[in-house]
Amino acid sequence: MARCEVRLAGEGGQGLILAGVILAEAAVYEGKNVAQTQSYGPEARGGASSSEVVISDDEIDYPKVLEADVFLAMSQEACDKFCHQVRGDGLIIVDSVNVHRVPSGAIQIPITALAEEVTGKRLTASILALGIIVGMTGMVSPQAIREAVAKRVPKGTEEVNLEALKAGIEKGRELASHLGIAPRSLRNHD
Amino acid sequence: MPQGGWITRKSPLAPGRYFMQGDEACAEGAIAAGCNYYAGYPITPASEIMHHICKRFLELAEGRVFIQMEDEIGSIASCIGASWAGAKAMTATSGPGISLMLENIGYAIMTEVPVVVVDVQRAGPSTGQATRPAQGDVMQLHWGTHGDGEVIVLAPWSVQEMFDLTIRAFNLAEMFRVPVFLAADEAVGHMRESLEIPAEVRTYERVKPLPGERLPPFGGAEVPPMPAFGEGHRLLVTGSTHDEWGYRRTISSEAQASLVSRFKAKIFNHLDEIVRVEKRFCEGELDVLVVAYGFTARSALAAVREARNRGIKAGLLRLQTLWPFPERELAEAVKYARAVLVPEMNQGQMLREVQRIFPQAVGYNKTNGEVITPPEISGAIEQIR
Repeated sequence: MARCEVRLAGEGGQGLILAGVILAEAAVYEGKNVAQTQSYGPEARGGASSSEVVISDDEIDYPKVLEADVFLAMSQEACDKFCHQVRGDGLIIVDSVNVHRVPSGAIQIPITALAEEVTGKRLTASILALGIIVGMTGMVSPQAIREAVAKRVPKGTEEVNLEALKAGIEKGRELASHLGIAPRSLRNHD
Repeated sequence: MPQGGWITRKSPLAPGRYFMQGDEACAEGAIAAGCNYYAGYPITPASEIMHHICKRFLELAEGRVFIQMEDEIGSIASCIGASWAGAKAMTATSGPGISLMLENIGYAIMTEVPVVVVDVQRAGPSTGQATRPAQGDVMQLHWGTHGDGEVIVLAPWSVQEMFDLTIRAFNLAEMFRVPVFLAADEAVGHMRESLEIPAEVRTYERVKPLPGERLPPFGGAEVPPMPAFGEGHRLLVTGSTHDEWGYRRTISSEAQASLVSRFKAKIFNHLDEIVRVEKRFCEGELDVLVVAYGFTARSALAAVREARNRGIKAGLLRLQTLWPFPERELAEAVKYARAVLVPEMNQGQMLREVQRIFPQAVGYNKTNGEVITPPEISGAIEQIR
């Protein structure tokens, strides 16, 4: 895999930095070079937060996102702020519960509502979103992402998060085949 | 004969590939180097070092001491005291904390105390922006304390180097009885990457006089053996000018001159052991040589690669040691360069040092609390080539 750049952005407190760490860890399990960075404000909640993951078979020089191959927006502010830093044929996924002004070509999914439906907890939305990305792109294997989720989520929440992940992967696969974009361009870098 | 020198230590962490934050890797490096005393005060973006050390000291439970102090002045003072009691001591902070520590850093230089101080730089002056990276402390780390002292400053550019250079910082501190700074920045400290933990690390153990052996603790050698309090040696320690036995000599020109000149000599006679740079694409004639350090060197490497793809002969000289400044290595590298670019997340601090060697060097400077990106450096390369 050549360099692949992912940005997960939303509000502080939505768990997106953790989601980025989990995705990165899964790629490490698969022997990739990985860098995960973030930008956030001093507050624990609120404010635009962005978690960036770069995955590559080669040495990673610049470890941050320049033009995302995959961009997830979980809030309107984050969507507005980062939607221009996406590659021409990049994949944009927005949580349609929170994002209403949508960039063209974006895939709209009610991620937070789905999470609430599946697990009863809105907080699992970021893990469900990870599942969607993995289901759509095959960027890392389902096995690796499951392992990483189980290792990194807070103790006692493994089960509910794995449930959210599973639902996300299924949703992602369904969307990919429905939209005819399966396995996405990421693999084409091979 | 005094004892000490190089040994091999088994890594406390199982060897292998890990995925870790830079700050955590720094804490692991300290532990691998034998750090057994940590005193600190939390501050973004360095707090994770303290959290991780605290957690790991508890797990390892073998005579290691962690203490949260009342502030940064207390933290460094306590580390200096611990070092005089024979410990390998470290503290970590950011620019605001360094400002508070500087008086005691001078004391550590004057009393020749091995101590490691990590500065995970953030945007300043003052409390500035806690979560934003900068490289604005690189002059402060050398020249912030008063008087004419020498320190060693290392600049990591990756999570792997947060581990490796922390070990190196301990080794150099022990080898030369001097404070060593790890000049990290928020971007490197908070970044997560994979890193290799080796099975064994080489560490330099403090050279100490044997029990009953009377050797001057402040003279008689370039780096005198360092006794510890509580081991039976008669020991006087003062920040005032002193003779080789530690007696105050506050009007002796000879005592003052010999101390200050030895402080310089013990570093500058050993540049080969201290100074490290990395060269990328520096073979042959260069249109542009980029000189960079810390996180900015990551962007510079990407920009150099991109420039070479466009047919521009660009190269990167990465400074892993900031102080003593790698003058010889730079002089060698600029021989075949037509232009030199120094990108920094400050207003041009190391640029002046580069200009001493290559007066036409130009800076690319950014001080808005955001990292310098590869396209920005590419643009600057394009302008000066």
